[in-house]
Amino acid sequence: MNGETVQFTFDGKRYTARAGQTLAAALLDNGVAVVARSFKYHRPRGIMAAGVEEPSALVTVGEGGRAEPNTRATDVFVYQGLVARSQNAWPSLAFDVGAVNGLVARLIPSGFYYKTFFGPPKRWMVYERFIRKAAGLGPAPQQADPDAFDHRAAFCDLLVVGAGPAGLAAALGAVQARQRVVLVEQDRLAGGALLREDLRIDGAAGAEWAQDAVARIVAGGGRVLLRATATGYWDGNLVSVVERLAEPGQAPSRADAPVQRLWKVRAGRVILATGAIERPLAFGGNDRPGVMLAQAVRHYVRRHGVVPGRRAVVATSNDDGYRTAFALADAGAQVVAVLDSRAAPAGPLAEQARARFAVLADARPIDTRVRGKRLCAVIAQVGGSEQRFAADLLAMSGGFTPVAHLHKQAGGDLAWDAATQAFVPGAARQAQASIGAAAGGHDLAAILAQGWQAGGGDARMFAVDDPLGMGTPAEAATVPDTIRGKAFVDFQNDVSLGDIDLAWREGYRSVEHLKRYTTLGMGTDQGKTGNMAALGRLAQAQGVDIPQAGLTTFRPPYTPTTLGVFAGAAVRDHAGPVRKLRLHAEHDRQGAAWQPVGYWFRPRSYPQVGESLGEASLREARMVRQSAGIVDVSTLATFEVAGPDAAALLEMACATAIGRLAVGRGRYTVMLREDGMVMDDGTAWRLDEQRYLLTSSTGGADRMAQHLSWLRNVMAPQLKASVVNVQEHYGAVALAGPRAAAVLAGLTGAAAPAHMHCAQGQIAGIDVLLLAASYSGERAFEVYAPGHHMPALWQALHRAVVAAGGGAYGLDAMDHLRVEKGHVVIGAEVDGRVTAADIGLGGMLRKQGGFVGWQALQRPVLATAAGRRHLVGLTVLDGQALPEGAMLVLREGEEPLGHVTTAAPRVAGEGWIGLALLTDGASRHGQELLAWSATRGATVRVRVGDPVFYDRQGARYRD
Amino acid sequence: MMLIHCPHCGPRAQEEFTYERTRDSVVQLDQAPDVAMAALYSRTNPRGEENEIWRHTLGCRGWLELRRDRMSHAIVAVRPLGVQVLP
Repeated sequence: MNGETVQFTFDGKRYTARAGQTLAAALLDNGVAVVARSFKYHRPRGIMAAGVEEPSALVTVGEGGRAEPNTRATDVFVYQGLVARSQNAWPSLAFDVGAVNGLVARLIPSGFYYKTFFGPPKRWMVYERFIRKAAGLGPAPQQADPDAFDHRAAFCDLLVVGAGPAGLAAALGAVQARQRVVLVEQDRLAGGALLREDLRIDGAAGAEWAQDAVARIVAGGGRVLLRATATGYWDGNLVSVVERLAEPGQAPSRADAPVQRLWKVRAGRVILATGAIERPLAFGGNDRPGVMLAQAVRHYVRRHGVVPGRRAVVATSNDDGYRTAFALADAGAQVVAVLDSRAAPAGPLAEQARARFAVLADARPIDTRVRGKRLCAVIAQVGGSEQRFAADLLAMSGGFTPVAHLHKQAGGDLAWDAATQAFVPGAARQAQASIGAAAGGHDLAAILAQGWQAGGGDARMFAVDDPLGMGTPAEAATVPDTIRGKAFVDFQNDVSLGDIDLAWREGYRSVEHLKRYTTLGMGTDQGKTGNMAALGRLAQAQGVDIPQAGLTTFRPPYTPTTLGVFAGAAVRDHAGPVRKLRLHAEHDRQGAAWQPVGYWFRPRSYPQVGESLGEASLREARMVRQSAGIVDVSTLATFEVAGPDAAALLEMACATAIGRLAVGRGRYTVMLREDGMVMDDGTAWRLDEQRYLLTSSTGGADRMAQHLSWLRNVMAPQLKASVVNVQEHYGAVALAGPRAAAVLAGLTGAAAPAHMHCAQGQIAGIDVLLLAASYSGERAFEVYAPGHHMPALWQALHRAVVAAGGGAYGLDAMDHLRVEKGHVVIGAEVDGRVTAADIGLGGMLRKQGGFVGWQALQRPVLATAAGRRHLVGLTVLDGQALPEGAMLVLREGEEPLGHVTTAAPRVAGEGWIGLALLTDGASRHGQELLAWSATRGATVRVRVGDPVFYDRQGARYRD
Repeated sequence: MMLIHCPHCGPRAQEEFTYERTRDSVVQLDQAPDVAMAALYSRTNPRGEENEIWRHTLGCRGWLELRRDRMSHAIVAVRPLGVQVLP
């Protein structure tokens, strides 16, 4: 650690930290004991751990859109200008009104919310406001995240997770064996346990040896990612790694540089050297500021130069606690007593400790006292008697839990190790191995040798000089028989041993039920520290061993992950592709109002000066009824199907007759899903003896491409037919109106093709395909040409149509026109729940079948139209606008009989009309109903009728 | 994420592929309606290996038949479906 200092603020107060310290270390260094309030009871909490397992010290770091709530103070390194705020306290951390919850804790037991807040849904909405306010997590920022995130892929022979002694040795061994190695470490320094121990490897101090090892791995061609957390272990030996390039709330080094990077590492082999997490002891008041995990205390003393207390009690169930007592005493703190829960602690560590401190056997803390909010005394049970020790620090060790999260995510089994009362990695399913403390190891020399060999290194030994020795395997604390006060196991969710007991008494037997009832292990820490103590208690109640009590699932991510990193660069303009029409510039020049349709941008209308969008669309629609208009329909799905079996393939997809179509003719058609419901509609044209053009809806284009490919390749590979998606090749303009045929004839110099006929032609020297089909109800043509000719074609058409008294029209006008004609649109009337018969097209289907969906239509439930929703037309009776999506009811508040699928103003006439799907609609023509929209606060009187409002005979299609 | 060996493209990440359905739920259009409906809706769900149809949607767009263990996710075999243009 160098002498550099940085300034930061916590709750508005300025502090100084040494560079390299975590926020937790800096707060401890500045004597800040209370950093958070607990989730449920708002109890004052300090810092308990030193790593990502910290359950209590959650703070919000950063400001504005960069704020990161629920950041563990132990997992953020202080930088110049860091701004941190406490959470879940009002009006202040020192005086929190919510702490009254602690006084009435007896009244809010586990399952409190389930037991109290029931009743009708309306009442829940009232409760929720208060519950949200009382819940102890930091609010998400309101502003957009200004930062950039990135994704990268990596491939390697060996991925090592964790750069403690085991992981470093493994990576060194692999580099020596000439393997491609990636080593990831969540800390900003490599070394793991070596950063808190006073020992030497190969003659160098542990922390320096680790630095040197990293340099040797990099020199050997390995990649070392620091501040990079392996968050998930997936199938196929894929490990997701989140690398932090800036600290939480910190601006990136360069304006556009990413602050985090998601690595997807595909590894030949994975070595998990993820270490172990220390367990707290369960006793009354074990959550008080000043009660810390013993290894964490050692970590702050040795790595950060911070002694978290002057008078310390060490409470331990194992030899490791003694190392903390030595570290504290060496740093000048007074070790008042070492409480060892074992009956007769023996071995070199205990011997050395007895020479320096009061070591008490069969001793355990049972309660704590505070002065202000900070620990001032520890009440302990020593043998049969109680003793009180004045102390401002209690370092506790209840044994260790190997970090087996990734091993389990990879599908591995866990084995129970009775000696350490811990689950250790058992059989692996993927190419993976666990080593070091993560595999239950405790002896440094053995761990280094194990790592080296696992990495693939040849025989070699590391010279370890550890004057204290590793001691015996860490024994876990047993659950105490008597508890005084609240003995917390899950500090983040305020779950105490008493809550576990209560859940048991109320009949919760399965560990998964226990978890959901008490919220045990559900916080941002996912129970990393406390779950084992809770499981122990449950097992005790059941009278079984812990393995029989079961274990909850280890789910990714291992630590909380910023949502932005999943999105990566796929945000804002990169969230989806922008598909522009070939004629985008032409439309823009004509003043198009744009409408996003999927990825496309299409002209909604071309408003004139002073005209609203609604007025513009109605003017355009009336123009089409009176003279002629053109509209860009290039987004329609278009497929060319060719070959001797082209008709046979089309008849699989299309439910209407295709085979009988003559050359030069076209037909409206529908395509069904396998469940018999309508999937899409379009037109099929026979361009040549063995060549067809199929069009279908814009929105369903990708689905139709997939469907045709499915039919072609999986269902009927024997057919001689090709399917080519030609949508990108062509552009298309629809020309419609009573003067359309004359306009077209003038441009091509030939008579326009009759309705549902197709023809080749030339316009302005461009070869075009003319399809005479109408969507508007007027005589109409779709003019197809290769995309690069579209601007010239559009200009020629536009000039001609303007000369005929018309112009361009947009999507809204097209919609008004088709509603008046009773034409359905995919996504509105065709909502995936209608059959062809429901929308009046049942008569078109081929009776003999042979198309997708026919078999499903033979189900008895579809044999009758009764009870199904039918397409109907609605005419508004009271002059109001018809709200789309409104329910059709007899009286407000009653069960809906159907809903308004599309609404539009009349083009040929006044007032509003609409299309609707209505139960038994075919037999309701003439009936009056209410179109009732609770969300829009509108109720409109309508009369049900035929869906075709205009030119029912179809006379206007034809010349 | 599974690694799928596309016979056209080589080993590729699962996110490039789309699962379609099990092989035995592919309904031929000449099957009797009740047989077809049973294949569509009354599917078996074997604990172990099963033939599945996938598509390499974000790759060659070819259709594949996989034999895959639905417990271990191990892919036992992959074969291409559909029209094979190249030998």
